[in-house]
Amino acid sequence: MRLISIVSMLVFLSACSSLGVQPWERDLLAKDSMQLVPDYLDNFYDEHIYFSKEASVGGQGVGGGGCGCN
Amino acid sequence: MQLKNIKAQMTLATCTLLQIAAPSAQAEENEWDIDTAILFYNEGDSRVSAIEPAIYAGRELGDDQRIDLRLVVDVLTGATPNGAHPAPVAQTFTTPSGKDSYTVDPGDNPIDDTFRDTRVAFGADWEIGLDRLSRLTLGGNLSNEYDYQSLGLSATYARDFNDRNTTLSAAVGLSSDTIEAEGGIPSELLPMVVEGGSMNREGADEDKTITDFMIGITQVISRNTIMQLNLSLGTTDGYQNDPFKIVTVVDPATGLPATGAASAFFDTSTTGNLPYVYERRPDTRDRTVLYFKTVHHLDEDVINFSYRFYDDDWEITSHTFDLRYRYELKDSYLQPHIRFYAQDAAEFYTHNLQLGTDVDPTSGAVSANYASNDYRLAESETLTLGLKYGIPLGNDSELSFRGEFISQTVDDGSVPAGEETPDLDAIILQVNYSLVW
Repeated sequence: MRLISIVSMLVFLSACSSLGVQPWERDLLAKDSMQLVPDYLDNFYDEHIYFSKEASVGGQGVGGGGCGCN
Repeated sequence: MQLKNIKAQMTLATCTLLQIAAPSAQAEENEWDIDTAILFYNEGDSRVSAIEPAIYAGRELGDDQRIDLRLVVDVLTGATPNGAHPAPVAQTFTTPSGKDSYTVDPGDNPIDDTFRDTRVAFGADWEIGLDRLSRLTLGGNLSNEYDYQSLGLSATYARDFNDRNTTLSAAVGLSSDTIEAEGGIPSELLPMVVEGGSMNREGADEDKTITDFMIGITQVISRNTIMQLNLSLGTTDGYQNDPFKIVTVVDPATGLPATGAASAFFDTSTTGNLPYVYERRPDTRDRTVLYFKTVHHLDEDVINFSYRFYDDDWEITSHTFDLRYRYELKDSYLQPHIRFYAQDAAEFYTHNLQLGTDVDPTSGAVSANYASNDYRLAESETLTLGLKYGIPLGNDSELSFRGEFISQTVDDGSVPAGEETPDLDAIILQVNYSLVW
């Protein structure tokens, strides 16, 4: 599993150099709704709720606050 | 305008690496981005209710630095499953304090209604620009509740490449948690005892340490598409039981919780032992998480999709799909949301322990190393359907309303009818107000 993940990431990375936009083409990307996490507190609540109801955690980042709910 | 775009882009690339990612920077220097919300959460069947007010505030500090702060309060009331399964007979349990008891009717889900807690959590992230293309973010989290404390620290390094179209990141997080269980830490795999008896307890508190490493890439694909891929490896060391969860010991001759007729050890009138033992989980847990997200801009609307693959050495594998579609109206927007989650059971998850094969009728010794009937470790599926309505108020503020319905079903495997783990339904109602100050 870990090997597959690392290989996937390397393939993804090698393809990156041909992708992207010029600085003047970032108008849509700069919009609030185009951010990877457009709704900060919605994401905050959801992470907390599902952490307390399911066995899985993480993925988006590290250092989330601990909780006795799980 | 160009500078602002780049700033927003950099924020997007950096902050999404954090579990609680910062929103896009819209405020100018010396102005705070503020987001406030209150959430109401309610489970059916007299289970958990929660009210959670939260506030986020972030601002530029100058010299390529930024700070983001957050504070949330959880006020929880209601009842939580104690781990025993529903049975055709009335079941009596002792509260965690050992000073009281409660009885559950035949066929009802055993839930402990003494559950009540208030949690306060504070977090801060400090982003420091190292040079034109790289930055470091240091984060801290502090959380305190009646019986649980957590202190977490994190560091994330991010660097842009390819005309800032590619961002590579590496992060490490460390958390130290302490649990002080009501009435003391129950002795693993030993029985619950009748109220007022000598409880099976060992010590007042336990600790665990959570360590996470992550590498990630964020890539601008085109003018209207961005993608992110993260790989996380994490390990948890230390006490991972839920101290209040028990497992029913069943007499195979009757299919009911064991009694003195089949086991001298569980003859409650002479030994005080109830036919339930406190759960035990391994004290290490290693996990691998792969997370993919993409955001795509249509003519007007925006699609936000993510997929998470999770795998750990408790043999839990899960898949999470999350899709939000922002549908632009004239002066507002609607955002339907669907989330689907499915997980396998932990290898030590068990609906019950059988007298004779799993538990010695005379000594009460449990032959398995680990056992838990916590529904969160069972094979399960969760479906969430939600809708959000947002109204921008001028350039810098927004009011929004969100409602979600969560439905969770647990697959116990083959168990007698009426003894299955009940499904869980919950609703979320949330109001947000954001502004620049």
